[in-house]
Order: sequence, then structure tokens, then C-alpha cells
Amino acid sequence: MEHLINLFFRSIFVDNMIFAFFLGMCSFLAVSKNVKTSLGLGVAVTFVLVVTVPANYLLQTKVLGPDCIIKGVDLSYLSFILFIAVIAGIVQLVEMVVERFSPTLYGALGIFLPLIAVNCAIMGASLFMQQRINLDPSNTQYLGSVGDAFVYALGSGLGWILAIVSMGAIREKMQYSDVPKPLQGLGISFIVVGLMAIAMMCFSGLKI
Amino acid sequence: MENKIKSVFTAPLNFMNPVLVQVLGICSALAVTSQLKPALVMGLAVTVITAFSNLIISLIRNTVPTRIRIVVQLVVVAALVTIVSQVLKAYVYDVSVELSVYVGLIITNCILMGRLEAFAMQNKPWPSFVDGFANGLGYGIILVVVGAVRELLGRGTLLGFEILPKSVYEMGYLNNGTMTMPAMALILIGVVIWIHRAYFYKEEK
Repeated sequence: MEHLINLFFRSIFVDNMIFAFFLGMCSFLAVSKNVKTSLGLGVAVTFVLVVTVPANYLLQTKVLGPDCIIKGVDLSYLSFILFIAVIAGIVQLVEMVVERFSPTLYGALGIFLPLIAVNCAIMGASLFMQQRINLDPSNTQYLGSVGDAFVYALGSGLGWILAIVSMGAIREKMQYSDVPKPLQGLGISFIVVGLMAIAMMCFSGLKI
Repeated sequence: MENKIKSVFTAPLNFMNPVLVQVLGICSALAVTSQLKPALVMGLAVTVITAFSNLIISLIRNTVPTRIRIVVQLVVVAALVTIVSQVLKAYVYDVSVELSVYVGLIITNCILMGRLEAFAMQNKPWPSFVDGFANGLGYGIILVVVGAVRELLGRGTLLGFEILPKSVYEMGYLNNGTMTMPAMALILIGVVIWIHRAYFYKEEK
């Protein structure tokens, strides 16, 4: 239990997808123009993360790992192709299910869902999960079960929401600032994210 | 024809640079640039993958139904990335450990999907190959610039060799450790974009 809580807070603040690993930066910069759409994309990313990371965890431990299907054969090198296929498939499935059962949610997430299949945050979380399985069990980053993978995905997703919503809020306010012309738009956004990342560095010693 | 190829080659290096102007493939550009060597290897890997995925998709562009093209593109890219990742593991193992997940993340690098959708689906194989190659190169240049600045200021070395003479340190110079932190990559890219917009990128607007 303690491990789960530790893992959860660690993946929100210390191993933040945006500020520590720059995952999902492209859509982060493209969409964070205001708070409302930021929140929409953030929720969609969290949703897909929570579904795909445990699925890929099962795939990795039950199918791809050493000695799983065939004795003495390690299929891990197939993980890139299979992970991306699982992600693309699940995104498609989630899109259809959401459209069928919750048209309002579909209206809110609709445009973002197809984008998410190629969002680095999703693929990145699965690849980090693959690395973390081999860590020492006493490490706070260790993922030892589907529950751990779920908590890790949830924490990472919430961290991503935190980052994109605060960025959206800052960019809304920034419209009124006097920024030098060549720095406007993209340049200043990068510098703002950099400053936010420096602020997030103060969490790096966090331990519960 | 000659001219077209030439413009296809030069545009991504400056006015249509994938990182600076189109803001594609930022994730990996930021993460692997704390030193020059991984930046160089990453730039090379992406160049190879963009060039060949563009070529392959362009060759099969007329046989792929439009509805499933994204999946086909993803599979082609994922196969190429798997090959490159195995090659890196075999020949430069230490760099491949340092690049860790970011090699796998080339699959979701937006430069690739962007070029495949925007260029390779409409053009003949040879221009597509050149386009992919040039885009990879444009991406690599930025990586190398940022990587060189961060390594020089953060550690006083380039490619692992001591660049700054001992006498500089004796005069009281200290390496700027912040440069090796992730946050500085963001700020440096911001500054590179600023300089690029101020000096080279004027014709628009």
C-alpha cells in the first residue's frame, strides 16, 4: 500500500511526464492555448494511459518476456511494434465505445482521441513501464503488478493534466504581456515551460 | 526537376525546419541533448528512419487504402525503429542505454508522421527520400547545436573530451551544472528559436 502511494505521488510530481521527460510535448504546446481545451486533452490522455499501460504490462509480462511463450526465447524486441499496435487499437476502441455510450464525453474528447495514438506520452509510459519491471522491488519506481501499472498510469496522467492546465492558464494571461516580437508564440512558451520545470525540480526529493 | 529536389532538400534545413518552425518532434529533441554524443546518434538515427520510411511509404502509396494508412505507416515506422534500436544496441551499447526509451519514442515522433502524411503520400520515391533525409538532418542540426552548448557549459567537454584548459578552472571558472538539468533544454531551445526568428526567418508576416 505504501509503495502504491509513493509511486502515485512520485509519478505526479517527480517523474512528471512533461517537466522531467518532455513526453507529449508536441500536443502539449499545440493545445495548451486555453484552459478548457487543455483540460479536455489532459483527461483524454489520462484515460488512454490508464487503459493502455496495464494492457501493455500484461503483454510484456505474459507474452513478450523471457521464457513466456517459448522456453529460452526473449521476444522483447517485438515490443515497439506490439505496443504501438495495442495503443492504436485501444484508442480506436475507446473512441467507438465513448461515441456509443456517452455522446457528451465524445463531443468533449472527440477531436483529441485520434491524436492520442501518436502522442509520445502514451508510448513513453509503456516503454518506461517496460524498463521499470526489471528494477529492484525496493525502488519506488518499481512496477510489480497490474495494480502498480495502473497507479503509475493514473499518476502520470494526472501529472500531465497538472502541467497542461497550468500552462494553458499561463498562456491565457500571457496574451496581455509585452513579449519581444521574435520571441512571441513558440519561443516564449518554451522558456515558460523551462521555468515551470525549474519550479517542479523542488519536488525532486519527495518521499512519503 | 533539379531545382525541385534542391528546394526539397534545403527548405527543412532553415525556413521549414521541423523543430524550430513546425514544432515537431520536440520531446526527443529536448531529452537527449544533455551531451553531444547521444544527440549526434539520435540525429543520425532519426535521419535514417525518416529517409527510409518516406521511401517505403512512397513506394507503396498507391496500394494502401486511405482508411488504414495510419496503421500501415505506424507499422513501417515501428519496424524500422526496431531495426535501428537493435543496431544501436549491438554497436554503441552505452549510447543506447543513455537514450533509453527515446529510441522507441521515435515511432511517435511527429516529424515522421508529419512527413509521411504531408509528403510521402503524394510524391515519387526519390523526392520523398530526399525530403525525409533533409528533415532528419534539420532535426539533427538543432540537436547537435543544443547538445554542444549544454555539454560545453555543463561539463566543459565535447564528445567526452576536455575542451576548456585547466588554467581556466584555476582562474575560478566553474561548470554550470544547471545546464545538464532537463529544464535548461527547454530554455535553450526557446533561445535558439528566438535567434532563428530574429535573424533568419523574416519573410513571413
